[in-house]
Amino acid sequence: MSKPKARISFTVDGKKCSAAPGQTILQAAKDNGIYIPALCRWEGFKPAGACRVCTVRVGGRYMAACTQPVTDGMAVENDVPDLQDMRKALIEMLFVEGNHMCPTCEKSGNCELQALAYRFLMLVPRFPFQFPARRVEPAGKKILLEHNRCIKCLRCVRGVRTRDNKAVFGTLRRSRDKKISVDQVLASALTDKQARQAMDRCPVGSILKKEVGFAVPIGRRKYDKEPIGSDVEKARG
Amino acid sequence: MPAEGSLASILARHRRDRTRLIDILREVQAKNGHISPEAAAEIAAGLGLSTVEVEGAATFYHFFSARPAGTYAVYLNDNIVSVMKGRAAVASAFEKAAGCRFGETTPDGRIGLYRTSCIGMNDQEPAALINGVVFTKLTPAKVKLIVEGMNAGMNVRAMIAATGDGANAAKLVRAMVKNNIRKEGPVILASFRSGAAVKKAVKITPEGVIAEVKKANLLGRGGAGFPTGLKWEFCRREKGENHYVVCNADEGEPGTFKDRVILTERPHLLFEGMTVAGYAVGARKGLLYLRGEYAYLAPYLESLLAGLRKKNLLGKRIAGKAGFSFDIEIKLGAGAYVCGEESALLQSAQGERGEPRDRPPFPVQSGFLFQPTTVNNVETLCAAARIIEKGADWFKAMGTPRSAGTKVLSVSGDCKKPGVYEVPFGLTVRRLLEMAGGPDAQAVQIGGPSGACISRGQLERAIAFEDLATGGSIIVIGPGRDLFEVIRNFMEFFVEESCGWCVPCRAGNPLLLRKLEKIMSGKGTPADIIEIESWGRIIKAMSRCGLGQTSPNPILTTIQNFREMYESKVERGRDFLPEFDLAEAVKEASAVTGQVFAASDTEQSHE
Repeated sequence: MSKPKARISFTVDGKKCSAAPGQTILQAAKDNGIYIPALCRWEGFKPAGACRVCTVRVGGRYMAACTQPVTDGMAVENDVPDLQDMRKALIEMLFVEGNHMCPTCEKSGNCELQALAYRFLMLVPRFPFQFPARRVEPAGKKILLEHNRCIKCLRCVRGVRTRDNKAVFGTLRRSRDKKISVDQVLASALTDKQARQAMDRCPVGSILKKEVGFAVPIGRRKYDKEPIGSDVEKARG
Repeated sequence: MPAEGSLASILARHRRDRTRLIDILREVQAKNGHISPEAAAEIAAGLGLSTVEVEGAATFYHFFSARPAGTYAVYLNDNIVSVMKGRAAVASAFEKAAGCRFGETTPDGRIGLYRTSCIGMNDQEPAALINGVVFTKLTPAKVKLIVEGMNAGMNVRAMIAATGDGANAAKLVRAMVKNNIRKEGPVILASFRSGAAVKKAVKITPEGVIAEVKKANLLGRGGAGFPTGLKWEFCRREKGENHYVVCNADEGEPGTFKDRVILTERPHLLFEGMTVAGYAVGARKGLLYLRGEYAYLAPYLESLLAGLRKKNLLGKRIAGKAGFSFDIEIKLGAGAYVCGEESALLQSAQGERGEPRDRPPFPVQSGFLFQPTTVNNVETLCAAARIIEKGADWFKAMGTPRSAGTKVLSVSGDCKKPGVYEVPFGLTVRRLLEMAGGPDAQAVQIGGPSGACISRGQLERAIAFEDLATGGSIIVIGPGRDLFEVIRNFMEFFVEESCGWCVPCRAGNPLLLRKLEKIMSGKGTPADIIEIESWGRIIKAMSRCGLGQTSPNPILTTIQNFREMYESKVERGRDFLPEFDLAEAVKEASAVTGQVFAASDTEQSHE
């Protein structure tokens, strides 16, 4: 095997970029000041490729930018109209798949699904609303699971573990019946800090910490101030 | 020592090995008829997992249940050929005789009725599994007898009227399944002398074996057509603690059953293919991942493996070759179509939910237990064994220049001779229909629901990688059938079998199904055809694995090949038709209150 190059070069929509070998397309693009929208990704967790919102096109083939390593000479299509429309369709699918009532949601303004909908200028989904019957469930002593809003990004499943590395969250069933659940014993043992973290990592308002809410008023929250992705794009200068 | 049959003894026998979770769950389900929350917690504690992880695996597969499934758990196949052959009457006969509906158990918990996806018996439908025992060609009269037997507490195996042909009648099988081999070809279904491939393989180097398979231009028979020799070469080159050979015997594509026949009649050829692959890639262990629906074959296959060990065709110093050790373990699935996808299969084989992995890394780099693994289809491994036995040149002389050899096809549906046909690549669909006795088909589904539905105008097309690539499922759809019902059945299948991991497949397929039903109901407009096509393309492009990347095919290929059928269903010249049906929406309220709601000015419906 020849020694891998120190830096490799690739392009995103024609713009010349460089990356460290082994980086994913998404990481590498970010380092070059290019925002690729993503929803299930969380820095430091194993990528899941679940939401597919970060899908890019390389040589006519579609791939998730969060899982695909960048290779030397790769020409990535990212901000192109047809691809953006397909990403928007995924956001719309999520809106009709669950029950998302933004005005009453504790996460409004901090919600990444909502923020992406704004970024993609979603007015009304192209798909019919499914209005599934879903519940709110207590999950241990500290948190609630608001299944109406869950998008199965698996961040909680991937990232919330006990000290002896047991998963606190898991998935039940499959297909459209797939559902996030918790180990009740382990969930009850979560500290306040861990419960807060679980809520913050949830991109939507599905994991809620009990007994607190609306500490920061709507209107003064993260994405009330600037669109999602702005931080990445600002870094480009 | 824990009591025999107790959960503790089951866990101990599996060495409290987390990667054996599915094996453990299978045993608990078989013993207790369900996996209770208490059992899940005990298994979790025994394996060092959280309870939700065990529940996650237990709720993923069709054949596990959290509530008692019934002393007799009946799983009736609901694929389209079962429907064509009278499933509806059989299903209502079950409900009537048993006294419960599908999805329920009888009040005494004796009988449970469930639907399931294709169980690999399309040439003898309607078929069902009862406690893992296969019942074929069901009729309402037979159902009545079966339910009587269940109510009398009979052993399920004793309810089989007669065993099928060939090894189906073997002592360790005793299944009523029929092979229906209609055409024996020279590669897969011809007779095979045990040892013929392995003894030849060990006389050449592993590299030589790979070179021969490459020279033969053997392409993967599962449908994707990846060159087998190249896969073996990649796997061999990869560094790892262990290398593995995994045989994908999870044929779940509706309409395919040829692997079942190969497993029944040519298991030695398959085992030698696995052994040859093990020699080639440097593996000491092979896994046969057998779909849960074919569990009835497992005891028989185990006995054959024991025989091979005695004959020194498995084990240490195989065929006298110093340093060559290889053995095969059978791993059973538990009902999940997506496990036919190789990375989902690997997850399932190591005790997880059968959810596909991201690629890269590919299985050749990081497969079973994250070690270098070659995953090959049953038929591919058989062909590889035959190539070593008879040579690449012999193999390449059959088929077409790009598609060497033969293909085993599972033919079912509206034809006189459903069954298994081994034919050279390049055979036209028209010729196949003549052989199978279904020449007047209005449509032919090639490659199952994930493949393509072709019209009469395309019957000259050939079964070959360069034209109609297929894993082998051929469903003949005769004149007079409502093709929309076929498409709907396929879409329901994909909705049900999606693992639910990625958004487009999980959330998108139900939307396609709903849109299709809108068109079928006559409430569609030309815009709906445009939309459903566009949505289908989005799902194909954005999905994570082969399931979602092909699930819109039933719709997309029929819009392409039967466009007039769609156009005849929609109202031309109108841009919009309300999907909303007021009378339907308030039906429940109307029934309760007796109040009349007008659906429109002209339609007043009430008692």
